Parts: sequence; structure tokens; C-alpha cells
Amino acid sequence: MEDLKYIPANFKSDQSVRWCPGCGDHAVLNVLHKAMASIGVAPHMTAVISGIGCSSRLTYYMNTYGFHTIHGRAAAIATGFKVANPEMTVWQMSGDGDGLAIGGNHFIHAVRRNIDINMILFNNKIYGLTKGQYSPTSARGFVSKSSPYGTTEDPFIPAELVFGARGNFFARSFDVELKTTQEILEEAARHKGTSVCEILTNCVIFNHGIHSGITDREVRADRTIHLRHGEKMLFGKDNEKGLVRDGFLLKAVEVGKDGYTIDDVLVHDAHCESNFLHQQLAMMDGQSLPLAIGVIRDYDAPTYNESLTEQVAEVRAKKGFDSLRGMILAGETWEVK
Amino acid sequence: MEKTSVKSLDKVVVRFSGDSGDGMQLAGNIFTNVSAGLGNSVSTFPDYPADMRAPQGSLSGVSAFQVSVGRGVHTPGDQCDVLVAMNPAALKRNVQFLKPGGVIIIDTDTFNADGLSKAQYTTDDAIKELGITAQVVEAPITSQTKAALADSGLDNKAMLKCRNIFALGLVCWLFDRPLDGALHLLKNKFAKKPAVFEANAKVIEAGYNFGHNVHASVSTYRVETESIVPGVYTDINGNTATAWGLIMASEKSGRPLFLGSYPITPATDILHELAKRKDLGVKACQMEDEIAGVCSAIGASFAGNLAVTSTSGPGLALKGEGIGLAVMAELPLVVIDVQRSGPSTGLPTKTEQTDLMQALYGRNGESPLAVVAATSPTDCFTMAFESCRIAVEHMTPVILLTDAFIGNGSSAWRVPEADEYPEIKVRHVPAELHDSWKPYMRDEKTLSRYWAIPGTEGLMHRIGGLEKDSVTGAISNDPVNHERMVNLRREKIARIADDIPAQEVLCAEDSDTLLVGWGGTYGHLYTAAEDLCAEGVPVAFTQFKYINPLPANTGDILRRYKKVIVAELNTGMFADYLQAKFPDVNIFRINKIQGQPFMVREIVDGVKSVLGK
Repeated sequence: MEDLKYIPANFKSDQSVRWCPGCGDHAVLNVLHKAMASIGVAPHMTAVISGIGCSSRLTYYMNTYGFHTIHGRAAAIATGFKVANPEMTVWQMSGDGDGLAIGGNHFIHAVRRNIDINMILFNNKIYGLTKGQYSPTSARGFVSKSSPYGTTEDPFIPAELVFGARGNFFARSFDVELKTTQEILEEAARHKGTSVCEILTNCVIFNHGIHSGITDREVRADRTIHLRHGEKMLFGKDNEKGLVRDGFLLKAVEVGKDGYTIDDVLVHDAHCESNFLHQQLAMMDGQSLPLAIGVIRDYDAPTYNESLTEQVAEVRAKKGFDSLRGMILAGETWEVK
Repeated sequence: MEKTSVKSLDKVVVRFSGDSGDGMQLAGNIFTNVSAGLGNSVSTFPDYPADMRAPQGSLSGVSAFQVSVGRGVHTPGDQCDVLVAMNPAALKRNVQFLKPGGVIIIDTDTFNADGLSKAQYTTDDAIKELGITAQVVEAPITSQTKAALADSGLDNKAMLKCRNIFALGLVCWLFDRPLDGALHLLKNKFAKKPAVFEANAKVIEAGYNFGHNVHASVSTYRVETESIVPGVYTDINGNTATAWGLIMASEKSGRPLFLGSYPITPATDILHELAKRKDLGVKACQMEDEIAGVCSAIGASFAGNLAVTSTSGPGLALKGEGIGLAVMAELPLVVIDVQRSGPSTGLPTKTEQTDLMQALYGRNGESPLAVVAATSPTDCFTMAFESCRIAVEHMTPVILLTDAFIGNGSSAWRVPEADEYPEIKVRHVPAELHDSWKPYMRDEKTLSRYWAIPGTEGLMHRIGGLEKDSVTGAISNDPVNHERMVNLRREKIARIADDIPAQEVLCAEDSDTLLVGWGGTYGHLYTAAEDLCAEGVPVAFTQFKYINPLPANTGDILRRYKKVIVAELNTGMFADYLQAKFPDVNIFRINKIQGQPFMVREIVDGVKSVLGK
């Protein structure tokens, strides 16, 4: 095994972690420390930028450059940071409220621009810091302090927004799925462009068990599928089930039953330019079809920061001005003696 | 301070040019008569082609009509402020008549291969080929005219005859000429052809509305710099000067320039200029909204760039929370507000000084920052540079207030020598402090913290919008620490007063009366003060550029005068600000809130009225 340059402790700050005991964010933080050590980018070349909300506090627990900003704006601040200092690896931490409600505009535009940042979207489907209001990912009818009779609106599905904004990297995991989380964070860091990692987290205080219908040990094997590039789309306790094409749609079948063989089971291609199948996979909700975790889409496209840096270099070389004064003197001037 | 005065304030020259069949004489005549009807004196100069039968679109077929309107106009003017060119030939023939800093309106529909070849251009870019650097308002006059008349039942030829009236409508918009007068004249002209009148009425409105919709604007004022120092000069408008001042600051600080912005009238030209200046390494980003504009700049500042966002009043309102973050994080940030008339969307192309209170106080909590203002188009360069210097050397956001008048106004400007502006000293963490450094350690003299640039080994740190410990920067809920931090942030801004020039008094310094202004009204107020002195009413005059903090000698100056008259384009914001700081000073006010600059006469009369003369 290759020696790692860093250990997780190199990325831990001296601040004590203040999340509630049992909060899903603890798991993500620990995995992030491990993932960063494994990625091998030095702490001083790493920046963590967050908005406001429980999960956005994560910045203070990192021994990197960090900026805990204002509600909803982390994506815009991270964009400016990356353009200004493109050598740095930039991570953005946002919750479902920060990223998709107050910061929805910045979220979709960051994804559209394909700025090279790694976003972790902590989705606990609730506002924790303000003590229990519904979020833009809460299901219709969800009862909370601000929706005592149930919400009368439909939620966003984060993946759908990412694809709607022409995103090129989308991955998903959940708090207790440590290995998968580490895997997607490392892939997100490797990917050039906006990488969105949705992590389903549990809020023990205000929304306990919101994901348990999918993530509980007893049901997890049947209600989730771990997608890996180049591998068959199999799931179930003994990988006895698989996803197959059913016309334009997807269907879950038992391999060896009803005439389906392993050859019918689809192979995951995360790198495919078309996002048609990626969208279908990402929209599976753990009910009739299993919820997809792992890297669902990972397609290389030009990034905003690289394109901008290249353009600046190109026009500089072409015009060849040495300074502001040189540029002005090349234009229309007259001399007074 | 360089002496500037508002010169051609009372006069504007418009030259309509096109094919001899384009009806330039009619458009020019109507504009003349409408202006005369508004009380302007006028002088016109029709410039017909020698050969009335020259082929359409050819150079020899170009016809023009020059009109000079305003007060005290005696000649049609040698050169024009606005050139309307209905085709490439007209542009080629007439561009020589445009004043430096003038504006050209072209019909883009005629700048096609056919039109360009008839006018003997050798490339497909007429503007470039003619070496035009003036502002060009690109209007698809032909297609817009046809679209306006789509339901009129007129044939193509009849529709094209109305193009001149579209151009006239656009010119009426630019110079605030209501359409009533023009419509009345058109009705008389076409009394026997009601269908033609109807068509022209539609088209003149379409032209007027086009100007409105694209926020077309020209400065009908020109600020002339008089004291000519030897050197290389160029013509510059205030927004370009602002952009260039930022670039100069980037060169002098060694920090790359980042702009995060969102288009808004009348500030957009700063974004345009800095986007062009990628050729000097500027990273100009058009973001998704005003908030992203300021936030990307804050991110860039944290990352170590000289970061700027440009906007106008409504955008400044949206940026308020972000600016508060920069106050809290104590990061350098320059926010440029090219003020326009408000509230809300207001009069987007018109000038005002009504964002002063917003700049000073428009944020939650105790959030002091530096506020400066530019006095003229060329001073925009100096104050943009100053904004950056203060931001970087004092680790604070700075708001630079310019306005639509000086932003769009232009002037001759001497290109500064390479060593004319000082180095801007970046407050890097001193090497000897690297081991013991904490994010909120401060320089004793200025109280500013250090700028630890991400990517530097050993200086990893976290900052943010939460209140923090006054040294370590860790989150702190300690009540006493909070008050200490509030005071530190306030004192840090107050100490900038030690680092800015003393306020100067001009004109009759020893008189009993002081005329006070701030920002872009300088040219008018200075001229008024001189006129008053010449008329035997001695007044001293001072114009503020540093608003927060005020220059250290401000109180001493104000207290020297029995009467202090503050003239400003709002209901008295700066007067209130001064009165609150210096309650013992006897302050009078002259105010105007019409979306227009002062007229020298208004100030002269206003001062006399205060003095009972």
C-alpha cells in the first residue's frame, strides 16, 4: 500500500465539535478528514467554504483555509475564490436550505458554469438551526413548526436540479454509509468541474428517522443500489436483483426469474456524455426502484475557471500590453508640451 | 485638486446624417423646432450633398443636418456631441465632425456587406476601420421601424421612409424632449395624409421607447479640465476612469484584479471595460445576480485578489448583507456605486446623490466602513485607486460613490506616469509572526488585521460572519468581547482619517460663508462659487471626497464660517451627516432632486437667497 502524505488528524482543527450527539454530520466530518488525507492535497492548499446552517459549521472543524459565510451564498463565494486562486482545492458545505432555498440561484448557476469546486449537500430535509421548519426537500404534506397542517408544496429533488442545470458530476450517499461517502468524496475531488455530492443526513432532534425507510439496516439492501462505473447494476442482500431496461423506463427484476438473465442487467456508465440514463437512475426513490448511491454521473467538460484563465492568457498574449499605461498609449492620445 | 468646470452644460450639438433620401433634414428640423418650443435657442446647419442624385448608400449621396440647441447658442457648433448615422456612408463622411467623448447612433441594419461595400469600406467592421473609440449606440433602426409598422398596411418603401422618425424618437429620448411637440409638428406636416402621420406617430414612439428600453444615455454635459499639465492626454469618461483606476491599483499592489458584477444602468460600462481588460489580466466575472457579484468578490478577496464589485443603488441594496460579511471578516473589498435616481427602479439613467445614507448605514448591526466619492470623470480614476489603497492597507470594505453624471460624462485626462501613484502595501503576515500569528491580530497603528493569503503554508485559518474572539478569531459569544470588537471595527475606520489628505478650501477662504458639496457636483459648485465671488458675493468653497471618515480638519474648517451652505442632489443627507457630527455649525441647505445635475445658476441663486442678497 502506498504511503499517504497526510493522516486525517492533519485536517482536524482544534475546535470542539458542537453538533448534537447522534447528528449525521459527525459521520460526514470524520469521513471528510479521511478522504482529504487520502486525496493528498495539503491542508494549506485546501479551502472549505460554507453558508449558514448546522452543516455549514463544519468549516470550523477543518485545519484548512476556511470561510463560514452568510446564508445561501457559499456557492457564489466559492466561485470567486476558485477563480481568484485556482491552485487551491475548494470544498463547499451547504445544507438543503442553504443550498436549495435561499441559495438556489447560486447553486444552479455554479453547476451551470461548471466551476471546479466540490459541493457537499447535507440533505436532512429540515431546518435544524432555526429549530424545525420544513425545507425545500421536505415531502408534500410534511408536518413541521412552520407547516402544522402539512406543507402544500412539492419538494425539489437535488439531482433533478443538478441535471436541469446541466451538471456533470452527481453522487449520493448517506451518513451511516461511511465507505460510500468516502468513495464519492474522493471521486468528487478527482473530478474537474462542479461536483455535487448529496449526503442524506439524519437530524436526531427535529427530523429523526426521515431517511430510515431507506437507510435502516433491514431494508437498505433492497431499497438502495450502489452504482459503480463499469459494473452491473445489481442490488439486494446477495446481489440477486438487477436493473433492466423496460422500454424507455427502468425496471427492477430478480436475476434468473421471469426470463431475465445477468446479461439483461445494465452496466453503469458514469462517464457517458448523455445524461438520459443518469437522470433516471438519480430519480429512483427507494420505493418501486432502489435509491441510487455512489457516483451516478461523472463526465469531463471544460470548467469555468480553466476556460477563464486560458482566455485571459490568450488575449494577454495577443495584445501584448505590458501595463495599463502601455494599453492606454496604444489607443487614441495627444500630447501637450 | 485640478480645476475643472462644466463647460458645454447649456448647449448640445446633434448631427443627423444619412442618405439624401433618408429625410435627415426633416428629422433635424423637427428636433430643432421642438427644442425651440421648450425655450432653447437654436442654430442649424443643413449640409446637403452636392449631387442630389448620387446612388443610394454611396459616399457622395450623404446628407446631414446639424443643430445646436441650448442657452446662448449663437452658432451651429463646429463639432457635434451626437452623430446619427443612418448608414455606413454617413458614418464615414461625418465621423470627423464628432467631438472627443461624443456619441454615435448607428442603424446596425445598414452595416451589412452591401452597405459597407457601397461606402467603400475594406473590412467588415466599420467602427474599427474608422478608428472610432467614441461610445456607439447600436440601434436596429430599419428592422425596428418595419416591426412597428407591421400592421400598418404600408408597403416596404413607405415603411422605410419612416426610419428618420425612429432616429428622431431615439434622440428625443436621449435629450428629454417630450414627444408631444414632435407629434404636433408631424401632424401639421402630414395634415393631408393621416395614414402617413399615424405611421410616423407610431415610429417616433417606437424610437423613444427603444431608448428607454435599452437605457440609452448620453451625457449632455462636458466637464473640461483647465489646468493643462504637460503630458500625454486621452479622452476618458468616468466609468472607464474608474475601471482604469482599479487596474492601476492592481499594478501598484501586485494583487490580481477580480471583478464580480451584474449589469445595471448606469454602472455597466465598468463591467464592459474590465471585461475588455482581460488583456491586462483582469478576471471579470458576470455573475448571476448582484448578490453573487459581491459574494464572488468577497470569495476572491479571501483568496488574495484585489476584489471589486460594481453596481448602482438598487444593487447596493442587494449587496448589503454581503458587505456586512466583509466588514466582519475584515477583508479588503471595493464596492462601486454609480448613483442613479431612486427609490426602487426610479429614473435609471438619471443622476442623483441619494445613496449616501445607504452607503454609510445600509447594513445590519454596527458595520462601519470607508466611504469615498469622486468629483469628476477624471477624479473617478484617482478615487478608484484610493478606494483600493484604503481597502488593502486598512483591511476593510470601501464604498466608492460616483454617479450617472460623472460616470457617463467625459473629459480630457492626462495619462499618469508609471511612478505617479504610490505602491499599495499589502499587509502580509510578518514572517517573524508566522508561528504565533492569529487571524485577528492587529497592526497597532491602523488596527487592521493581516491578510493571510490562502495557499501559504502554516497560515491556515477560519473566518466568518459570526462574532469572533478579538485575537484568535474563534467564534465567541462573550458579551464583553462583542463590544470590544464593535469598538475595534469602528476605531479602525476612524483611524483612516490619519491616512487621507486634509480638506482644502478654495475661492474666498476668508469670507463668512462656506459653500460645501461632495462628490460629482464639484464642477458646478466650483463654477458657482467663482461666479459669486466675481459678482461681489465672496464665498469660500470646499468639496468632500472622503466621507467616512471625514478628513481630520473638517470640524476646524466648518467652524470657521458663520454660514455653511451644503448643496447636494438629495434632500439633505450630507448636511444631516455633518450636522450630527458638528452640532454647533450653522448649516443651510440647497437641494435638487430632479434626476438632473445642478445648474450653476441654481447654486448662485440659492446661495444669494441664504445670504438674503
